[in-house]
Amino acid sequence: MKTFKGRVVTPGEVTAEAVVTTQGFNTLASFQMALQFGDKKVKCGDQNNKELHGKPLIGKALCLPQTIGSTTGGLVLYCACAMGKNPACMLFANHIDSLAAAGAVLADVWVDGVTMPVVDCLGEEFLAYVKDGMKITVKADGVVEVE
Amino acid sequence: MILTKEQEAILNGEKGETLAKVMKTLVMYGEAFEAEKLVPITSKYNHLVTSFGLKVMSPVYDLMQQLLDAGVASGQKFSVDPRPLDKNVPANFLQNFVFNKFMYTKQDFYEKQLVELGLMSEDAFTCTCYMDEVENKPKKGDMLSWAESSAVVYANSVLGARCNRNSGIIDIMGSIVGYVPYFGLLTDEGRKATWVVKIKTKNKPEAQLLGSAIGMKVMEDVPYVVGLDKWLGTELNDAACAYLKDFGAATASNGAVGLYHIENLTPEAVEMGEKLIAEGAKEYIIDDAELERVKNEYPVIWKNPDAKPKLCFIGCPHLSLEQLKSWTDNVCEGLKKSGNKKVLIPTVFTAAPKVLEAFNKTEYAARLAETGVVTSYICPLMYMNNPLCKTMPVITSSNKLRTYTSARYYTDDEILQAITKGGK
Repeated sequence: MKTFKGRVVTPGEVTAEAVVTTQGFNTLASFQMALQFGDKKVKCGDQNNKELHGKPLIGKALCLPQTIGSTTGGLVLYCACAMGKNPACMLFANHIDSLAAAGAVLADVWVDGVTMPVVDCLGEEFLAYVKDGMKITVKADGVVEVE
Repeated sequence: MILTKEQEAILNGEKGETLAKVMKTLVMYGEAFEAEKLVPITSKYNHLVTSFGLKVMSPVYDLMQQLLDAGVASGQKFSVDPRPLDKNVPANFLQNFVFNKFMYTKQDFYEKQLVELGLMSEDAFTCTCYMDEVENKPKKGDMLSWAESSAVVYANSVLGARCNRNSGIIDIMGSIVGYVPYFGLLTDEGRKATWVVKIKTKNKPEAQLLGSAIGMKVMEDVPYVVGLDKWLGTELNDAACAYLKDFGAATASNGAVGLYHIENLTPEAVEMGEKLIAEGAKEYIIDDAELERVKNEYPVIWKNPDAKPKLCFIGCPHLSLEQLKSWTDNVCEGLKKSGNKKVLIPTVFTAAPKVLEAFNKTEYAARLAETGVVTSYICPLMYMNNPLCKTMPVITSSNKLRTYTSARYYTDDEILQAITKGGK
């Protein structure tokens, strides 16, 4: 097991299985089809992301450098949370970007009963170490355990 | 974050619970970036990204209704991204059924909400609100609460306004309280370039391809582009602005660029030159081979890669008046050369309603109509955002549309050839 310490953006504790992208996560491209057409597994629809395309996102520990793309990104993430189709947590190697931060904050303030811990600044080493399927535990203080 | 007494009072609920939640959202958003204060928005108008009444986006409309019920309408009037539907755009029975009865069933409801919240006018639906005809063009130095990635990058880079890449919903929350958190692209430090991109192509690079290459490389960083003035000149005329609009949209959608500087051309680069480059900036050299490499890596997800295109979209982001005119000239010329009367692929040129209004007053409109090309105010991305269009071979010269849909990207010249002569 390896431990990483990041910064808490929105608080919470969770254990989930990792899905990993080492390129920018395009929130709109990843979620749009799955949310619109009722894909229960919320499979990633981003054709440009070979690491994630077709993989389920719901309930997973999404490990990423940052999000990219359309400024609908934050509200798409907010909708995913409001609909209960969000990842279990989002773990950023870099400093969080403005769109992901907006989505996380909107969900935290405006959605009742949904917790999606978001931790950033975990470092490049985190993303180099973590692989799909690894068990991840997020602690309230921003500590991330990878088994 | 240090708040003024007025901001503190709002946060503490003295002006109601809903407004307190709006302020809390902005404060938490700012704190994620170590913002120390909120600063007043100074632009006349806002611009929102959410223009579509998608049934599945109900949480957004519920939130907007909470705002309306609490009487906290936007302090600024605003424009908003393009409408998702237009009868002018070819669609079959099944597509129309899915659009109108399944997907966009909330469109009328949401447009009523937008009017109540402060929509500028009933036709203020475009992603290029900064066009002269639309009249939402911020001044240099204005602080904005805009969303829409292509508009934000244009406002920052070409107009010299200051705006972060705000998300939908955050955009309107800024203009409800009148403040935005001070961080990132609002600050002098955040506007410094951390990449120097050197253009070494033998010909003028395709705007949408160059933007894509830079966006994928620098992600959300600020690039300082050297050598593009050789092709664009040193004056922000109509042609340069149109190029930068398309270039910027590709940087923002293929990456997350919110600001770029073009040496000797964009306002801050003209004023400050290389002083804008941060210490330790990385370098990216772009030649013809690099652009070819980027283009060749785009995935083709058509079921039959050799299928004959059934539709062509040009204008994502929306075309300018000058672009509509030059495309009209080019299509007419191409048809004349090929001996065809009409375009060989159903083709749609998209632009802002006010730009189309101006275009329709020119002699170009009748010439374009004769070619069979139709014009529309639609958002091509919203049109294609469904499984029916996913199986449809659509071509485009928009790298943004390519990124989010199954549309296949070709350069402007390749598109012109395909629609006027046939083949690639």
